[in-house]
Order: sequence, then structure tokens, then C-alpha cells
Amino acid sequence: MKKLILGAALATFSLASPAYANLSVFACEPEWGALSTELGGDKVSVYNATTGQQDPHQIQARPSLISKARQADITVCDGAELEIGWLPLILQQANNSKIAPNQPGAFDASSFVPLLEQPVSYDRALGDIHAAGNPHIQTDPRMILPVAKALAARFAQLDPGNAAVYQSRLADFTKRWSAAIVKWTAMAAPLKGTPIIVQHHSWIYMERWLGLTEVAPLEPKPGVPPSSGYLAQVLQKLQGSPAKFAIRAAYEDDRPSLFISEHAGIPALALPYTVGGNDQAKDLFSLYDNTLSMMLGALKK
Amino acid sequence: MNNKLIAAALCAGVSLVALPASADQVSDLSALHAQMLQMQKDYAARMAALEKRLAKAEAEARAAKQSASAASTTAKSAVATAKATAVKLAAVPPLPATTPASAPATVLTEVASQVPTTDQTAAMVEPPAAPMPTTPPSSLNTFNPGIAAVLNGFYFAASRDPATGRIAGIASGNDISLQPRGFSIGESEVSFTANIDPFMSGFLDISFQNDNTPAVEEAYILSKDLPYGLTLKGGRFLSAIGYINERHAHDWLFSDAPLPYRAFLNNQYGDDGLQVRWLAPTDQFLEFGAEVFRGDSYPAAGSRNAGAGTFTAFVNTGNDINDSSSWLAKASYLHSEARNRDSNGHLFSGSTQLGVLSGVYKWAPGGNPTVSNLTMTTELFLDRQAGFYDGVRLSQDRWGGYIQGMYQFMPRWSVGLRYAQLSTAPVPIALNASDLDDLGHASRASTAMLEFDTSEFGRFRASYTHDEAGFKPIDEVLLQYTVIYGPHGAHRY
Repeated sequence: MKKLILGAALATFSLASPAYANLSVFACEPEWGALSTELGGDKVSVYNATTGQQDPHQIQARPSLISKARQADITVCDGAELEIGWLPLILQQANNSKIAPNQPGAFDASSFVPLLEQPVSYDRALGDIHAAGNPHIQTDPRMILPVAKALAARFAQLDPGNAAVYQSRLADFTKRWSAAIVKWTAMAAPLKGTPIIVQHHSWIYMERWLGLTEVAPLEPKPGVPPSSGYLAQVLQKLQGSPAKFAIRAAYEDDRPSLFISEHAGIPALALPYTVGGNDQAKDLFSLYDNTLSMMLGALKK
Repeated sequence: MNNKLIAAALCAGVSLVALPASADQVSDLSALHAQMLQMQKDYAARMAALEKRLAKAEAEARAAKQSASAASTTAKSAVATAKATAVKLAAVPPLPATTPASAPATVLTEVASQVPTTDQTAAMVEPPAAPMPTTPPSSLNTFNPGIAAVLNGFYFAASRDPATGRIAGIASGNDISLQPRGFSIGESEVSFTANIDPFMSGFLDISFQNDNTPAVEEAYILSKDLPYGLTLKGGRFLSAIGYINERHAHDWLFSDAPLPYRAFLNNQYGDDGLQVRWLAPTDQFLEFGAEVFRGDSYPAAGSRNAGAGTFTAFVNTGNDINDSSSWLAKASYLHSEARNRDSNGHLFSGSTQLGVLSGVYKWAPGGNPTVSNLTMTTELFLDRQAGFYDGVRLSQDRWGGYIQGMYQFMPRWSVGLRYAQLSTAPVPIALNASDLDDLGHASRASTAMLEFDTSEFGRFRASYTHDEAGFKPIDEVLLQYTVIYGPHGAHRY
């Protein structure tokens, strides 16, 4: 036992000293993992804490996440309390001062863009509201650019030796991304003004970007699953103001939107929502390609 | 052995805390120096880049002018739109980019090809992106701690009054009784937590029992910034022995503690002491820890060893099996000394050694527990109690265990099953028919439970238990609500 403690103490010293070849990135969501890879290339090693099939609000604080956070140089997360149900616990147990809140190693994407739906009052009676505003910023590609810029700067700050790499990759990404936004904006022109049904308020940034009109959410309040009575209300509302299709994130329960689809006769779309949400959304670019083509396809029906 | 181990642990703790401090300062200084040098370099590089871009932009502007004069008016307007769009995109990205929907395809390609150049030009005048300033309201309560309350309510029906019941063959602590029959609120808790300074946080949890007695359940400080993955906790806290011991009752998957916890740990072992944890820098979760406690609560008593009557050691490990499944395994050990521990008027002096093996498996389709998920927990308790009970020498090897599963079959709804069993040991003839004599009865209990969650902060449970912990079986039905309000940290795996 005594030996074990001594051994453990020695191990800590030997393990703590060597400099890591790469910046070790703990990405809370796949979109930020993908952005980290775009900007860091082979200078960063990215661990995605969640997949596109998982609800980033509700992640179990699994042992593996604690170990990965223990070794991370930077967390790249959405912030705005999206991860409040699990990340603080992981950070506390990982006890890694590099990624503690307010350290350079704690990167919150949502703090670099203006957020919508900032609540005027905080009351749990309103459901699962986020005190800082709606955190689902990645549904609008224009929100990615300021985040990318800040993230590249943060990488450079943490890894000054490769600052030039991050800067040039940022320039390259900005160029490709700006061109893609122009392409997507043109592609999505027919969607302007389209009335839609959403499962959760995860899409308000996309709705603003494309000019979609939200007829109703399939949650009576954020985070509260719908009762059959509530779904009946939505159906009634749809008779007065019909929607073209219902969208949900790939990770969300399919039953409410399938119910609406069946009874209102409109397509129900499981949009990828993030990288890895479906097989087509392989990276940030194909994420929006796929999202738009799914909605445009549904529009034709 | 105990003393040596504690000494070794303390030495290790001291050396680990003391050494890195100076090393840190040196590395801080050199880091600062490196940073300054880098800033200087960055600045020079940026200036050079800016000049280059400016020259390039000027050249491009000239070229654009020439081509523009040669091209038709449509082309000119296309370039203008492109530039306007790009500038808008680069300068204020979140604002809608107004590319006309009717724009012909050729114009769009033009737009796309123009973006990078104009973007670079725009980047030159663009202020660096900065976090939106959020001015915190300045008032007396700005630094108030997070305050959370946990409320419970019970309705308990039992075929026999459980207040008279005890666990067969166990001289237990005084905290193992179930809810009283009828309505009761059980234990209510209020907790206060906040960072104290950059180095510590504090946690205070006051519980109010059904009979209005307040008790300091936990009151501890927790280190924040120790190097090498070390965490220190000091004060009064729940021990890390076993899997559920360090969780508050509202965080348990069932309404009460499993039978072995009731028998061997008086529900839950909490005491005044010090805990050190070390998280290994490995991909597999691997955590070691040790605790020293005063030794004032069951199974310890009388603060033996000059006020260090209990020590524990534990190791936790766990990992993902795939996206859907993960596991945690724990081995923990508790040694406690007791002097005149009073159980139901009988005194025990001696030592208790308790080893607990715990296993947890969690499953959720694709790792997404929102719709359905499963948690399986099992623990095995091995206990040796040696000393004098009412003056009679005895040594008993006992064991206990439980297995439980909790399955969420649709959002908000879960079912749970639990089976627990104990095995006590023979007693010396002088103790025949004493509390320690199980009279050949094997204690066990089976529970089935249905749970409905209004949200992550509200929960209703209905459970049925066939309880054979005492000599006569009791059928119990428990209805319970538990709510949490105020900032309350997420629960552990």
C-alpha cells in the first residue's frame, strides 16, 4: 500500500512534465470538434465528448469523459448553459486547472456571438430555459465565422509555436466558409417564409437565417415532452395555419413529429442538427448541404 | 499498518502540494516571458501581413477597375453586390446576407469568387472579435452562494409497524428506521455552495429531520487548483466507501438505502475528516482516494486513535464499452474503531473492517438517455467485526449484497427492481438471543418501483417492498415525491 502511494506520487511527476505534441481538444459537441479540426488540422487532437446522436442537454457524466477532460488542454463547448447538466460535474471531477471556467483553456463558442431569446425573467416554471439565451447557434452557418476567428486566436494563444498555422488555416476556412454561405443562401431562397413545426427551440438561428416561420414547437415548454392533449392543440393550430414540414434533431424522440406527420399529412424531417447527426453530415460543410437539401426536398412534396 | 499508511499518505500529500508551488512560479514566469516574445513576433508578423494584403488589394482593385470598364453594366452590378455581400458577411456575420433570390447563376459564381479578396480587405478594418461584455449587476448579493433546497414527501403504508422492526442479527446504528406510517416529509435539505477564492470552494448542507431536528449533513471545503489531478476535501462529508454512500438520499435510485448500507453503515457513513483523491492521467478512468475520519459515527464510535478512528481507501475505474454502454467499478475499504458504541442499549468496543466491491453498468441507445436508458448496480459487502459486545469477546464475518436495475422505458417514466440480502454470523453462546443472534433468519428485501419525473427537478415514486429484514416479514407501500429547486449541481455517474 505504501509502495503504491509512493509509486503514484512518482508517476504524477513523470507524467506531468513532457510537453504534448498536439493541443488536446475536448469538444463538447461534434460541430465544435469539427471546427477545431478545420482550424487546427494535425496540430490538434480532437476528442468529441458527444455524438450527433446524443442530446447535448442530457449527457451522463461518464467515467471516460472525466478521464478525457483530465488530459485536455482546452474545452471547446457551446456554452450558454447548454452543457450545464453534465460539464460542471466533469470539470469538478477532472480537476484540470487548464480548462477551469474563465481559463484560456475554457472556450465557449456562444460567448462570441449575440444570442437570441435571452430571458427577461428566470423561472423554472418556464421550462428548461437557458439563462444566457438560446445556445443552439450552429444552426446558422454565419454564427460559425466569429467563433472560428476566436477559436483560432485561442489555439494560437495556447500553442504560440503553431500560431501561423492556425492563422492560415483560419484564412483558408473563412474563404471556403464565406463562399459556402453565399452558395447556401442562394440555394435556400425557396425556403423563405416557409411555415414549419419544430420539436424543440433548437432552430431559431436557422429560422432567422433562412426566414422560416415557426408555427409551433412540439413541446409545451422547453424540455417538457408533449402530452397527447398538447399535440391535439398543435394539430388544431395547423388547420388554421398549415406548416410545410416538421423538423427535429436526429437525437430527439421521433414519436411527437411522426404523430404530427401522420395526422397533419406533412413530412417529418430528422435533420442532422450537428456533424454526425446522419451519415451525410460528415463535416461542417456537408452538415448544411444535407440540412438544406432535406428541407428543399420536403418543400417539393 | 494503519498509522503507517496514514503517515505515508500525509507525507505524499505534503510533498505533492509543496513542491509544485515553486515549480509553478518558475514555469509561470517563463511562460509569461515566452508569451511576451510571441506577442512581439505576432505583431511584427501581422504588420507584414497587413502590408502585403494592402498591396495585393490595391493591385486587385486596379485589375477590377480595368475588367469592370470592359465588362457590361450587369457584371459591374454583380461585383458590387458581391462586395457588399462579402463586406456584410465579414463585418457583421449574424446579419442576413442579402443575396437576391433572383440572381442569375453566373452572378452567383462571380459573388463566390469575389468573397475571399473582399473578405481579406474587410478583415483589415474589422475589430478583433471579443466576447460580448456582460456587466454583472453590482450589489450586496452579487457573491451570494448558490442555494438549493431538496424537499420530500412520503406516504407510507406497512402491514406491520416498521418502527419496532430491526435487522435480524445486526446491532445496528440508530438511523436505519424506515419512514413512519402515514404522511411525513422525511428529510428536507438546504445546501449552500460557492467558490471561496481561486483555490477552494465550500459546501454546506443542512438537513431537517422529520422531527424538526436540524443537522449539519455536510460542511466541507474542496480544493480547486491543486496540480497533478489531486483533490483535497476537508470537513464533514459523506465517505466515498461503496458506490452510493457519498450521494445524498435524493440522488439514490430507490427511496431508501439498500439493506447492506442500513446494516453495516447505519444507512450512510458521514463523519469529520479529510479526503484526498488522485485522478490518473489515463484514457481509462482511474481514480485513487483515501480518507481519515474522526470516528464518531457508526460503525465507529468514541473517536479512537486520538480522533482518527476511521480510515478508508478506494479505487474507481471505468470506461465506455461503446457509444451506448459504459461501466464503473469500485473497490473500497473501511476500517473503523469503536469504543462503547451504543446499539439499542448494548455496547460494542472493537474494530470493524468493511470491504465493498461495486459495479455499475449504464446503457442508453446511442448514448442518448433522453428516451430510454438502463442503469444496473450491484454491490457486495464483506464485513468483519471483532471486539467485545456487552463484555463478551466475539469475531464475526458477515456479508451482504444487492442488485438493482432501473429502466426508463419512455421519456419521464422508469421502473426499478432491487433485491438485497444479508448474511450474519454465529454468535458465542453467551450472546444467544441477543441482538446479534439472527436465530437462523436470513434478512432480505425485494422492491419494485415506478417513477415519473415531471422534469429533472421533480420526481414521483411509488414502490412496493417485501421486507424480510426483521424476523417478521412486512409488506410496504411507499409513495414519494422529491423536488429540487435552486442551483443544484448535476449528479455523479
